[in-house]
Amino acid sequence: TVCGTGSGLGTRVLSLLEEEFPDVCRIVTAVYPSAEDDVITSPYNTVLAMQELTEHADCVLPVENQSLLDILNKIDAMSYGTKLGPGVKRNNCVTSGGSRLSGAQKPFDAMNNIVANLLLNITSSTRFEGSLNMDLNEIAMNLVPFPRLHYLVPSLTPLYSLADVSIPTKRLDQMFSDAFSKDHQLIRANLKHSLFLASALMVRGDVHMSDLRRNIERLRSSLPFVSWNQEGWKTGLCSVPPVGHSHSMLALSNNTCVKATFMELRDSFTKLYKKKAHLHHYLHVDGMEQSIFSEALSSLTGLIEDYHHLDVSKSRLQRDTPRLRIATGSSS
Amino acid sequence: MSVVTIQLGQCGNQVGQELFDIICNDAEQSQRKTYSTSCSARFFRPTSKGDLVARAVLVDMEPKVINQSMNKAVKSGRWRYGEDSHFSQKQGSGNNWANGYCVLGPRHKDAVEELVRQEVERCDALAGFIPVMSVAGGTGSGVGTYVTQCLRDIYPTSFILNHLTWPYGTGEVIVQNYNSVLTLAHLYQLSDAMLVHENDTVHKICSQLLNIKQISFSDINMVIAHQLGGVLQPALTPDSYGVYSRNPLGELVSALACHPEYKLLSVSTVPQMPSSSIAFSTFSWPALLKHLRQMLISNTRMEVERTRSLTQGGFNTSLANLLILRGKDVYSAETGGFEDPAIYTPWLRSEEAFSLWKSPVSFDKYEKFATLVSNSQALLRPLDDMVRKAWNMFASRAYIHQYIKYNISEEDFLDSFTSLEQVISSYGQLQC
Repeated sequence: TVCGTGSGLGTRVLSLLEEEFPDVCRIVTAVYPSAEDDVITSPYNTVLAMQELTEHADCVLPVENQSLLDILNKIDAMSYGTKLGPGVKRNNCVTSGGSRLSGAQKPFDAMNNIVANLLLNITSSTRFEGSLNMDLNEIAMNLVPFPRLHYLVPSLTPLYSLADVSIPTKRLDQMFSDAFSKDHQLIRANLKHSLFLASALMVRGDVHMSDLRRNIERLRSSLPFVSWNQEGWKTGLCSVPPVGHSHSMLALSNNTCVKATFMELRDSFTKLYKKKAHLHHYLHVDGMEQSIFSEALSSLTGLIEDYHHLDVSKSRLQRDTPRLRIATGSSS
Repeated sequence: MSVVTIQLGQCGNQVGQELFDIICNDAEQSQRKTYSTSCSARFFRPTSKGDLVARAVLVDMEPKVINQSMNKAVKSGRWRYGEDSHFSQKQGSGNNWANGYCVLGPRHKDAVEELVRQEVERCDALAGFIPVMSVAGGTGSGVGTYVTQCLRDIYPTSFILNHLTWPYGTGEVIVQNYNSVLTLAHLYQLSDAMLVHENDTVHKICSQLLNIKQISFSDINMVIAHQLGGVLQPALTPDSYGVYSRNPLGELVSALACHPEYKLLSVSTVPQMPSSSIAFSTFSWPALLKHLRQMLISNTRMEVERTRSLTQGGFNTSLANLLILRGKDVYSAETGGFEDPAIYTPWLRSEEAFSLWKSPVSFDKYEKFATLVSNSQALLRPLDDMVRKAWNMFASRAYIHQYIKYNISEEDFLDSFTSLEQVISSYGQLQC
């Protein structure tokens, strides 16, 4: 997170984990700051943390507070809307308590619930049986083609928080479409307009493999994948759905849209850094030097360039790489 | 003679359990005592309590699937797995062939070898091994290849027939093509033959022939197991002199895999229809065999254009075929269509290329049932696709760091690519 403990201590713990347990997969859920954030120095904290995340995490699942708020507003709107589905209860945990989400007071409990959901979905295959299990280390293996490019955009359907809200279950196919719509993403970025490097679909509940395949076929044409990973889908089927639902899905996408998020972050960092605003608070701390700031900045810049490089390849016409040629002669 | 099956990874353990179920069912339903006895002895061992225990070792790097398979077996009430015949860990292989082959396989070598040894010692005579695995994931593919290597080292004269499930072309696992390439290249040196099922093909059987609307992996696995049953159940062979063959794997391998460059076998069975329709259908051998032959030569997996460039023809040429007929009137079935030299490569005589096994016992609910095991160009296109996609990915070096981390180098990849291009080239020239 953007505060000192989460970003600073959190990333230190991360590198300790790497030292002590190098073979154990490290998947980090990291809350990224939104535009109107309480912590003024959040850009510093975030960029400094990001260097650690880029170096020491196997995967990072960035989550933005603003996206969580937007999701809650949608859940709210759905339960106050004219079309009240049979499953939606009034006076549920999210909407009761009086506050329509005004921004002055953020419903952190409800927001955290969504992130908790994310973690539940990622670990569902480890905890329950299914016809095609998907472990944590499989996620890292399949979604990280190059070591530093391990920022995965999470999206969850259906929308709900772990509170007692039940949104009416949509048709199954709609669930798949929703997963790639901006409304369901946990960071504000546009998956469809950028390039996919890889995508994982973790499906829970009463869903057949043929449903999964049919929907992948259906969605493929609208989702641009990098040339060397045209069929870059990792899939998992877990038999047990989340409580109160017949099915759900988590999508994790390695997509160049994170570049935009990182560029914004770099800009807010630079705004402060150019003026050396608040820098002295950091430099007062033993062991902290200005070089750490500049290194973190260049790490972030490098990361942005890496994603950009792949983005640019999107428009190039891709042909199959020429194959190895075998000398043909008599085979016996 | 007895076969020891080694089930590896999620796919291997799921398919294996269905296979034993079908075999046990078939053995019990049969009226013929010699058939049942032969079948039971081949795949099961009796215990002091009189129940049937599968001659199987279950291996996985996580526990859930093994537990499921063992429980399902017990629930059937007719057979079970040995209580101590399994080995599992907690962490999985992460879909990483290198992790499976270089780290987990060696780490657990002793434990797995011990389980296999125990199973082998319980056989009066060993017919050989059938490792059952997928090629797309990490355990089946990586650990499976390593275990096959151990089997080859410890039992150098035994037959090893690997059953492989190839994944759907459009991803189950993103690195599936890497894992498949590494597996196939290595197995080519270790295995006597590889019996292959592709999920795409089996899926079509489920949707188009069995009319299943919502297809699950359980449906896929049952079709695979059913076809395997058609191959592995007892049969009378030319060499068995009127009794059920005591060397089924050896005879299969010598019928089909006579040349080290050609080890890929595919399976087709007829009839294939929803079980509800069987009672209302009548079958004749001429019709069934005509259909099977047509399936062989036209090979519906192939799209004409792509195939033309691969095989310079579009016609599926065979190296060898094994036809297994089960049920009524097998002795009068006319199989001349499979001896036609036109369907074989010119450098083998069709009499050598074609083998025929029979069993007068009906299989499953089918009054007449035919299984065709082919060493032909049927798998050429799927293999080529797999290599092409893996090569494109390799060109960008995507995911390679994940393999290097566990000691598989770029050179290892290149060696595997080279081996498979050789296999593709050999199969491509069968009609010459």
